[in-house]
Amino acid sequence: MIEFLEKKAAITGIGMSDVGRRLNRDPLELTADACLQAIADAGLTRKDIDGISTWPGTGVSGAPGFSGAGVVDVQDMLRLNLNWYNGGLEQAGQLGSVITACAAVAAGYANHVLCFRTVFEATAQAGGRKPDLKSKKKEQPAADKTNEPAKPKVSQGSGAMGMVPRASGTQQWSLPFGAASAAPWLALNAQRHFHQYGTTREALCTIAVNARRNAGLNPKAVYRDAMTREDYFKGRMISDPFCLYDCDAPCDASTAVIVSRADAAKNMRKPVIHIEAVGSAIHGRPSWDQWDDMTTMCLRDASKMMWSRTDLKPKDVTVAELYDGFSFITLAWIEAMGFCGVGEAKDFLKDDRYISLESKRPINTNGGQLSGGRLHGYGFLHEACVQLWGEGGARQAKNSPKVAVAAAGGGPLGGCLLLRRD
Amino acid sequence: MYNSSTQKPFRIQPAITIENQHFWTGGQNNELCFLHCQDCQTWIHPPQPICPECTGKNIKPEAVSGKGTVHSYTINRQAWIPGFDPPYVIGLVEIDEDPRVRLMTNIINCDVESVYIGMKVSVIFEEQDGGIIYIPLFEPQKV
Repeated sequence: MIEFLEKKAAITGIGMSDVGRRLNRDPLELTADACLQAIADAGLTRKDIDGISTWPGTGVSGAPGFSGAGVVDVQDMLRLNLNWYNGGLEQAGQLGSVITACAAVAAGYANHVLCFRTVFEATAQAGGRKPDLKSKKKEQPAADKTNEPAKPKVSQGSGAMGMVPRASGTQQWSLPFGAASAAPWLALNAQRHFHQYGTTREALCTIAVNARRNAGLNPKAVYRDAMTREDYFKGRMISDPFCLYDCDAPCDASTAVIVSRADAAKNMRKPVIHIEAVGSAIHGRPSWDQWDDMTTMCLRDASKMMWSRTDLKPKDVTVAELYDGFSFITLAWIEAMGFCGVGEAKDFLKDDRYISLESKRPINTNGGQLSGGRLHGYGFLHEACVQLWGEGGARQAKNSPKVAVAAAGGGPLGGCLLLRRD
Repeated sequence: MYNSSTQKPFRIQPAITIENQHFWTGGQNNELCFLHCQDCQTWIHPPQPICPECTGKNIKPEAVSGKGTVHSYTINRQAWIPGFDPPYVIGLVEIDEDPRVRLMTNIINCDVESVYIGMKVSVIFEEQDGGIIYIPLFEPQKV
């Protein structure tokens, strides 16, 4: 029988820098804040850290501020002695870097792996605007709304003028048609779901309003003002069926978690969080638009793999942190995870009875990326740990959760973890 | 709506390579072309050097009918690119020859609100780059 070795891994500490719309700070400094906090949270010192894992690392093109720090930056800044390290874009979404770290500690490559993700998209995309520390504007500016891979990748072609920017690689199939953001790409998935299953914007509204309500209880969230369902439906349309409030909010922040080998985590500061199962599968074509069933995305395969590696069932999950680069992605994760049947999200999300903080399985307790800020994947894992450790303060789930799902990614990017506390 | 006879938005154009030129220049002959496996008849998109079904290399560009069906679409209302003014419809069109082959495109020559999933559409090319590149767009099929 196959032994599922991720069970030999555990999360022992978490950290998060300041989070803001435009902090105007060196992203490496934010990274240092998050990493040092996570190391201390675990009760470790820098000498104990012998591994690093991150997504997407350095040398990656993308929206300005997409990658704030890489392996080398952090190793050198903290003067770490590493036995193993990993960073890169081609992983099972943002949390693929954590899933890989679980394998590394289980294999004995390292004892304590520092995993992190840093973004400074808000500052990098501000484009010479006046510095605006801790901006708390009511309306989210959407002009700088970007998503992976957000900015046109263009090469200098030999056009008539010789200087015309050209789209190359996968971007050539979307940019010439004005699909220059992930918003219209994901809108195609959502519209197909609406068509096949009769889903409506009411379901997306429930996700967005729930996120905003929870963000109001999260001191680090970027958008905390109350939002009603009426407010949601007054939101400016971006790309049907998405309005402004269906799109996440770029921010500056760094998030870190420590993945430890369970055997090496006997006397930690806090009770460890067990990795019960991971999901990294992608069985369809690795494409936003050629995917076999547009209503599912690769979340379908990642979730299925995760459930195949545990005796726990969807009903055992008592808190779920599900990626929301766009509200629809959370809906798709809900169905992929089996929290409701495929195509049943329209009923499940009629109101917030199944996802609110008071429910049996609260979802996106920190406000997600829609209202909490686009920490880009790692925020969901961080928050799952916060909830399992009972550190949520005003936003702590009322059901004292012991089993959590953290899931990140959309389209052809997706990875998820099932977490458990004793 | 964008009307092909009166309006051309500013389009970021594709960089033409040996691999993709059949697709982006086929409109010079009013043809929508994809790589086609001569052995197992698979239509291949985006272009790649071998057939993904049979792994053979006996592939060459061929024209399809240019007819298709809207698999999904969005009315885009946010300006992303200066000179490409919203609203416009970004459609995902599956081609008649193999519905697994989809193209992201624009649905034009109709009211943006009139597009629907399942709509039958035909290719219409927009000339760019002094008659070298032809961007394949789609319009409602004429009954």
